[in-house]
Amino acid sequence: MTEAYIYDAVRTPRGKGKADGGLHEATSLRVASSVLEHIRDRNNIDTAALEDVILGCVTPVGEQGGEIARTAVLYAGYDERVPGLHINRFCASGLEAVNLAANQVKAGSGSAYVAGGVEMMSRIPMGSDGFAIGVDPYIAMKTYFVPQGISADIIATEYGFSRDDVDAYAVESQKRAATAMSEGRFDKSIVPVKDQNGVPLLEKDEFPRPGTDMQSLGALKPSFKDMGETMPGFDAVALLKYPHLEKINHVHHAGNSSGIVDGAAAVLVGDKAFGERFGLKPRARIRATAKVGNDPTIMLIGPVPATEKILRESGMSIADIDLIEVNEAFSSVVLRFLQAFDADHAKVNVNGGAIALGHPLGATGAMILGTLLDEMERQDKETGLATLCVASGMGAATIIERV
Amino acid sequence: MTEEFTYSLDADGVATITWDIGPDKSMNVLSETGIRQLDAHIDRAIDDAAVKGVVITSAKPDFAAGMDLNVIAAMREKGEASGQNPAKTVFDYIMQLHGVLRKIERMGKDPKTNKGGKPVAVATPGTALGIGYEIMLAGHRRFAAENPKAKIGLPEIMVGIFPGAGGTTRLIRMLGLMGAAPFLLEGKLSDPKKAKMAGLVDEVVAPEELTAKAKEWVLSASEPDYTKPWDAKGFKIPGGGPYHPAGFQTFLGGVAMSHGKSQGAYPAIKAMLSAAYEGAMVNFDNALKIEARWFTNILMNPSSSAMIRSLFVNKQAIEKGARRPAGVPDMAVKKLGVLGAGMMGAGIAYVALNAGIEVVLVDRDQESADRGKATIEGLLDESVKKRRIDAAKKDATLTRLTATPNYEQLQGCDLIVEAVFEDLGLKAKVTEMAEAQLGPDAIFASNTSTLPITELAKGSSRPDRFVGIHFFSPVHKMMLVEIIKGEKTGDEAVAKALDFVRQIRKTPIVVNDARFFYANRCIIPYLNEGIRMIAEGVAPALIDNAARQAGMPVGPLQLTDETSLELGLKIAAATKAALGDAYEETPADDVLRNMVTHKNRLGRKSGGGFYDYDARGKRVGLWAGLAELYPPKAEQPDVAVVQNRLLAVQALEAIRALEEGVLVDIREGDVGAILGWGFAPWSGGPLSWVDMGGTQTFTDLCEELAATFGPRFAAPQLLRDMAAKGDSFYSRFATAA
Repeated sequence: MTEAYIYDAVRTPRGKGKADGGLHEATSLRVASSVLEHIRDRNNIDTAALEDVILGCVTPVGEQGGEIARTAVLYAGYDERVPGLHINRFCASGLEAVNLAANQVKAGSGSAYVAGGVEMMSRIPMGSDGFAIGVDPYIAMKTYFVPQGISADIIATEYGFSRDDVDAYAVESQKRAATAMSEGRFDKSIVPVKDQNGVPLLEKDEFPRPGTDMQSLGALKPSFKDMGETMPGFDAVALLKYPHLEKINHVHHAGNSSGIVDGAAAVLVGDKAFGERFGLKPRARIRATAKVGNDPTIMLIGPVPATEKILRESGMSIADIDLIEVNEAFSSVVLRFLQAFDADHAKVNVNGGAIALGHPLGATGAMILGTLLDEMERQDKETGLATLCVASGMGAATIIERV
Repeated sequence: MTEEFTYSLDADGVATITWDIGPDKSMNVLSETGIRQLDAHIDRAIDDAAVKGVVITSAKPDFAAGMDLNVIAAMREKGEASGQNPAKTVFDYIMQLHGVLRKIERMGKDPKTNKGGKPVAVATPGTALGIGYEIMLAGHRRFAAENPKAKIGLPEIMVGIFPGAGGTTRLIRMLGLMGAAPFLLEGKLSDPKKAKMAGLVDEVVAPEELTAKAKEWVLSASEPDYTKPWDAKGFKIPGGGPYHPAGFQTFLGGVAMSHGKSQGAYPAIKAMLSAAYEGAMVNFDNALKIEARWFTNILMNPSSSAMIRSLFVNKQAIEKGARRPAGVPDMAVKKLGVLGAGMMGAGIAYVALNAGIEVVLVDRDQESADRGKATIEGLLDESVKKRRIDAAKKDATLTRLTATPNYEQLQGCDLIVEAVFEDLGLKAKVTEMAEAQLGPDAIFASNTSTLPITELAKGSSRPDRFVGIHFFSPVHKMMLVEIIKGEKTGDEAVAKALDFVRQIRKTPIVVNDARFFYANRCIIPYLNEGIRMIAEGVAPALIDNAARQAGMPVGPLQLTDETSLELGLKIAAATKAALGDAYEETPADDVLRNMVTHKNRLGRKSGGGFYDYDARGKRVGLWAGLAELYPPKAEQPDVAVVQNRLLAVQALEAIRALEEGVLVDIREGDVGAILGWGFAPWSGGPLSWVDMGGTQTFTDLCEELAATFGPRFAAPQLLRDMAAKGDSFYSRFATAA
């Protein structure tokens, strides 16, 4: 079978997802196109050689609607014969885009793809595309729908993570991100977003709060307690599903949950011949991919079954993996992953994660894959795993190997 | 054919359609005949150019009590007999009804231009419920006569269905989901004044002006007045549909809240919400079709038939005297004596006073009697505070009360209810003292919950006029009253008790004398089953959550806390004393003993039981010590197993009560279970619950539970016989009632 390689990965800095965020004034298309332009230009490829451009985007309405991948292809000035495909697997969209590209390359359907994602959360608020699973009574009741924050708190309750546990994890995420930034570990992948005159809008991640400690987090009120316990009372719904629990322990807040940010990412995936044609050296081989569905109520435990599946299918064990990225949607998601695999925190989310850096929904999957590859090269490690939890109870994972 | 709706046209061109189903019926209900007649009258009014508009009203003091629920029951039967998909037949039938109401709403408007039509005012002199109010909703202007006793609204959800003749679709389009929710999801009823404030009616007028005002409006109405907002261009649902930003939050929250509150146990709530959601995204006529499809879905659900049967048809039959001995003349109570002014005695006196009965409340000294009086005053004050009555009414009520230690004051009482401490000797003594003051016709009743009536009647000089009337606590809130016949209790005593219960507007069941009668007999095993699971290592949260999800209002552990663990232990001891060697010690006894004797966990009122309570008595969480005493096992049972145990143990006790002749009428067994201790109302009661799955399936379940959890689950002979013959309770005992 044909191998699929990663030739390059780029991402924008993550801008605060508010009106004062560094990327807020840029349109979603400008930001998406900027990563397409950078990955084309710094690898010096002829875009006509691309089979497709696949972009994840979770809230495809307004300026992110109308098939943003195709629109970005045209905006970035790619060859018009490259079509463009928008996909949505919620928070894993960016990784799923890469996996789709890799698996098509492996199957011989096309030689190369640009895959990634975009989300301008400051401009198109999450949820603006509507979601039936929360408001259609039939499916909401059938799946015991609760918002993600409640799901994260259910994980903490079910698996025994205290407020101190989740806060301590968040403090560590901030610490690691600060170290990574001060040592320039993200510099290889970060590309600036520029205005129409070539003036950079944002060149560095702006979401982290380096001084975060247990005391500052301790002052924050749990974000999902009110909606859980009083209005409208999602805890009662959760207890219908998990009747062995007496109550839900609400531990998550803005400081130990992923940040709302703007950003985009792109990964260049291709077969061997593609690299040879443009004189590119493959940085990693995409060894395996996996996606799973799981219990939609607790929802965010997907990285565990997705990782079990990908390890099983590739005949590996967790010990074979040198470095791991588990998307920090909420502290409890990563803590559950560490617990389930008895994994060493030292090799998981080495440079922090979405709690410190932010989580631009459609792009994050591609971003953490790039971060993983950069770190594998920095530490000179062979094998890496990236995995994310996904809304409505799904999970996705990718294993890459350096070549 | 009876003219259920009559038609007349006055000189001004206003057609009046008057609803009156006949002098033998006190309230209008909509029958199939009625639907056809109403339809024909509407056609006539549309077709007759001389008719300018229509007033629909009632010749009775009220507009309507709702749909003839027999029609609803018949719909399903017709569907099943139709030879085609029964759901299709039911759906078509509902759509016909929609057609009539929609015709009232359109009155011949041109379907394309929306021009034309005629104004329709609906005027209710009093109560307008269910389909009655849905007819009002179809009209263009709703008038209600000033009448504080009238109730207006859509109580369908209370009997396991939902407003399915356009009520759901129209009310949401009028008030928005948030505004309509209390009326649709809780079946909230309003008097005319409140109905106007809520937007349920447009005008409240003096009763004598009702039709005149309605006609006046009809004659002055212009086309926009009789064009429904949803038939006009640019209509939007108030508060927004499910994908409007504000509407989204309403639907998101509304669905979650309903799901949590109803514990997912009521199919009608789910169906109603789906009709609301799906209907909100299409035009009005499609929304009606969607409503009809979900309504069909609910009518085809066995839960709705069972709920209608128990909570409407049979409850009413029982209240109307289904079990009253034949030939006994009216024995309504004029003067009641209550012995014992504690919580129960005062509660009984209170409900009797409210029914207009004169009450003599007797206790051993004036101070004790006055304490009872103070309790009653407190309850009246609460009613004044909640504006249910005014201060004058409170004073008038209290003038009917005499609180005294003097038994001579009981002279002239035609009924005595004894509610003194549960002690055979004491009860015999007060019986004798009271009877000394009574005339020969008076009836003596005991409110005992534990002592046999036959035994207590031995303290009476006339045991044929001695009966048990068992109230539940708190008396003013609990709807069920158990009437217990002792061996010698005569017909007049039973009739007296039934007439008294009717006066205080509660629901009676009549059972024979046996340990714990009917209700307590069934509820004690429920509590014990929950408690013994603790000893087995089942997570306490799972026990109570499983019970609530099965539709029980309160889990067995919480309920034990309420009634007190100490009482549980006492009941066990008393049962043991009565049964002697036949008594089987259970793990529940161990748990109770451990908790009460060694851990001082007596219950909610004594600082805590299985749960902890704060200073104000609010439950804060499971007692941490419980997990140390009985650590939950790592492997927990499936929630369905816990639920089956908790429901089956009650249903089996009900079946044994029937088998032993304690329970005489299965209707009382089901209605009593729901009203008495809240047995999963969605099921229609324990016997309906068994019927729903079939007696064979239940027998199999019992065998399985008996094999795993012990012989208390063994199927009684009656059940086995029924299973063997393929009988259901409602087929086998339908005529026995």
